Amino acid sequence: MIRYRQTIAVLALVGVFVALYLWLHALGIGGPLKCGTGGCDTVQTSRWAVFLGMPVAFYGVVGYVLILVTAIAGLRPAALAQRQWSVLLAALASVGFLFTVYLTYLELFVIHAICRWCVASAVIISAIWAVSLLALRSPATRTDPVA
Amino acid sequence: MNRFYVVLGILAVVLGLMVFVLLRDGGGGGASLAAAGPPPTATDDGFRGYTLGDSAAKVEITEYSDFECPFCARFATIQMPTIREQLINTGKVRWRYREFPIPGHQYGRFAAHAAQCAGEQGKFWEMHDQLFFNHSWAQTGRDPSKLFRTFATAAGLDLTRYDECMKSGRYAARIEFSRQEGLSVLVDGTPTFYVNGKKFTGPSATSDVFKAIADSIIASTPRRR
Repeated sequence: MIRYRQTIAVLALVGVFVALYLWLHALGIGGPLKCGTGGCDTVQTSRWAVFLGMPVAFYGVVGYVLILVTAIAGLRPAALAQRQWSVLLAALASVGFLFTVYLTYLELFVIHAICRWCVASAVIISAIWAVSLLALRSPATRTDPVA
Repeated sequence: MNRFYVVLGILAVVLGLMVFVLLRDGGGGGASLAAAGPPPTATDDGFRGYTLGDSAAKVEITEYSDFECPFCARFATIQMPTIREQLINTGKVRWRYREFPIPGHQYGRFAAHAAQCAGEQGKFWEMHDQLFFNHSWAQTGRDPSKLFRTFATAAGLDLTRYDECMKSGRYAARIEFSRQEGLSVLVDGTPTFYVNGKKFTGPSATSDVFKAIADSIIASTPRRR
C-alpha cells in the first residue's frame, strides 16, 4: 500500500509541474512553448484550450495537487490501514483520466494536432489511474502491533 | 518514510527549476517589436499589394483587409475559394490584396508583416491562406509568433529568411503606407472592396455578387478588334 501511494505522489508531483508550465504559459508568462513541433501552439490556441472560462491546464494543476495532497495524507501511519484514502485517490484519478480521454479525443479527431506536454500529462494521469486501481485491489497495510 | 519525503522535496525543487528555465528561455522569438509595433513612418516603396489573376483582366477588385479581422477571415475562407475558381482562374478578375491592419488589433500588423515576409519568398497567398484558414490565433490574444512560424513552414517558406525578415520589420512602413492609402480612399472597415477603383457598397460581399458585377462590366466593355 505504501509503495502504491508513494508512486501516486511522485507521479502527481511531476503532473503538477507539467500542468503548471502549461498554465503559466496560458497566462502569458514566458515565451512560446518548448514543443518540438507546432502542435502545442495549435492545441493551446484552439477554442478547446479554455474550459468554463479557465485554461484547461489550470484544472490539471488543481487535479494533480488534489491527488498529491491526498496521496501524502494517505501515507500517514494512521491512514495507511484506511481504505477510504485509496477509494478517494481512485475517484480523483478516474475523473482526471476521463477528462484526459476527452482532451486526447479532441486533439486527435477535432483539432488534429498533438501537444507533447498534453501527451506527457495523459501518460502521467493514466499511470496514476492504473496504480490507484491496483491500490484498491490490494489489502490494507496492517499497522497495529501484532501480539 | 522520511527518506521518501526528502526525495519528493528534491524532485519538487528540480522540477520547479526546470519549469523556470523553460519559461525563461521560452524557445526564442516572440512577436518582434519591429514587426508588431507601430511603424515609425509610412513609406511609399511603389508596392501596391499582391495580386492574383490575369493582369489584362477587365475587372480589378482591390480588397483592403486585416488578417486579425474575423469578417475578413470569413470572406477569405467562404467566398474567396469560389471567387478564385470562377472569376480569377477564368481570367475575368484580377484580385489585389491591400493591408489595412485595424489599430485596435493586437497582432494585425504582425500578421500582415508575416504575409509580406512570405511574399518576399513568393508565397504571399499561401501565407494568406494559412493565416485565414487557421484563424483561432486571432481570438486568443496570445503571442502568435511561433504559430506563424508553423504557418510559414506549411506555406513552404525558408524559415531562416522568414525569421530574419520578421526580426528586421522591414515591411512595417509599407504596411502603414497601405493603411494610410486605405484611409485616403475612405476605407471604413475591413474587408472593404473597390471594383475598378469604385468602392463596393453592396449589402453583402459574396462570390455571386462579385460575379454579377464582373459579368456586367465585361458585357458592357467593347471587345477589342
